[in-house]
Amino acid sequence: MKHLTSRSKIVSNKKMTFWERIYFPAILGGMWITFGHLFRKKTTIQYPEVNREFSDIYRGKHVLKRDDEGRERCTSCGLCAVACPAEAITMVSAERKPGEEHLYREEKYAAIYEINMLRCIFCGDCEEACPKEAIFLTKEIVHSEYQRDKLIYGKNELLEPVDPAKRIDVSKRQTPEVLEFKKNKRYKHNR
Amino acid sequence: MLKVTIDNISIEVEEGTTILNAARMIGGKVVPPAMCYYSKLKGSGGKCRTCLVKVSHSSAKDPRPMGKLVASCSTPVQDGMVVQNLTSPEVIETRKGIVEFLLLNHPLDCPVCDQAGECDLQDLSFGFGMEETATEEERREFPMIDIGEKIKLHMNRCILCYRCVYTADQLTEKRLHGVLYRGDVSEIGTFIQHAVTNDFSGNMIDVCPVGALTDKTFRFKSRVWFLNPMNAHRDCPACSGKVTAWMFGNEIYRITGRKDRYGELEEFICNECRFEKKDINDWVIEGPRHIRRQSVISANHYEEMKKQSLIDPIAGTMESLT
Repeated sequence: MKHLTSRSKIVSNKKMTFWERIYFPAILGGMWITFGHLFRKKTTIQYPEVNREFSDIYRGKHVLKRDDEGRERCTSCGLCAVACPAEAITMVSAERKPGEEHLYREEKYAAIYEINMLRCIFCGDCEEACPKEAIFLTKEIVHSEYQRDKLIYGKNELLEPVDPAKRIDVSKRQTPEVLEFKKNKRYKHNR
Repeated sequence: MLKVTIDNISIEVEEGTTILNAARMIGGKVVPPAMCYYSKLKGSGGKCRTCLVKVSHSSAKDPRPMGKLVASCSTPVQDGMVVQNLTSPEVIETRKGIVEFLLLNHPLDCPVCDQAGECDLQDLSFGFGMEETATEEERREFPMIDIGEKIKLHMNRCILCYRCVYTADQLTEKRLHGVLYRGDVSEIGTFIQHAVTNDFSGNMIDVCPVGALTDKTFRFKSRVWFLNPMNAHRDCPACSGKVTAWMFGNEIYRITGRKDRYGELEEFICNECRFEKKDINDWVIEGPRHIRRQSVISANHYEEMKKQSLIDPIAGTMESLT
């Protein structure tokens, strides 16, 4: 019979020798392995004092981006919600009123935008579906909570701060093609 | 009876049938797309040029091909005619150009537009269009107008198919809107924002192939793919009362007419049904409507399917799933 792995062994019921029966060498061998681990590099990280280094394209908590002028980019088009395999995203749209042009980029915006972090599988499909570059996944991780409803993140948790210093840089998440396309001022939405 | 062959499929049709209607009798993929032709509206068609097809044999008597591509919605068939739609690369190439022309002035605001997800122009550009535009010019821009209390006109999005004008002409007694100016500056307008108040004026919304005319009572309420289209009916003194109710849970978000597979209304409905009756108690809900498998509205909607209908006997495609 051909084995699927090279590590499988055929079990035999052969009689053990005297040295094997006293188990002492086997115990010593085990202790030696344990002792050897004391001098190896530690694989655990002292969280929360130390944080693990994440990749720039790690898929963690979402952010709703604002544009350069601090207006919300999301127009509540619903493509993230329809792309979401876990059906975690819900939204309610509203119409921008005159005088709110500094708050919202387009004539329609998301009045309520919720992501159920319990359902989210962090696949990044919402990010890919978004036509407005409004939603991105970030390096930040979603913390656990004691109450389930606290894990339904609304705009308070997701929206990026207006303050330019606190903005979240997502340029490393975008492909070179996208960044190149954004330089093309021929298209109106790049102007 | 005249014999006509479209994309290698033959059918016998009556005299006076257009190529487009003959193709619709065959069904499936051979049907050319149409943006302006509407079978229920007399005189419609011939404007958008999306339905252009190649006629490689004019008739049995005169087998020469027609000199250029013809609009299938307004060309009657002749006996022995051979038509190429998708089998002709020339037609595909031309259609690509037509889509580009239709999109010349059409804004890229699908994320905002209420029609997105059920828009003929979206389907068409997805099917035949290019990813890029070749033009650098600014698009025409108009302010949004309310025509009547319940209808919003985004002239930016209009492709000047004239369907709404024919609807108003043929369905209502006094048309209150029309096409103003000429050529590339022409626009749909009412006389100094005169209200369109006819009882059946709401059908303009359903007839519009793009999002130029939209329902104000549904404006930005939801996206169509979040809603469940249900067949519903009520006793209406003015119309047949047979509608599609777009529901979310037990709430009715909007009412439209029932559309067939070519996006045309089966029956026109009155404004009272369309705009006023948003309560579930006003309607008798018959059951969920069949949604095309290819449509984004079918996302997360499941329905029972009969096995026999899986494969189209004529076209041999999965098209009858639509």
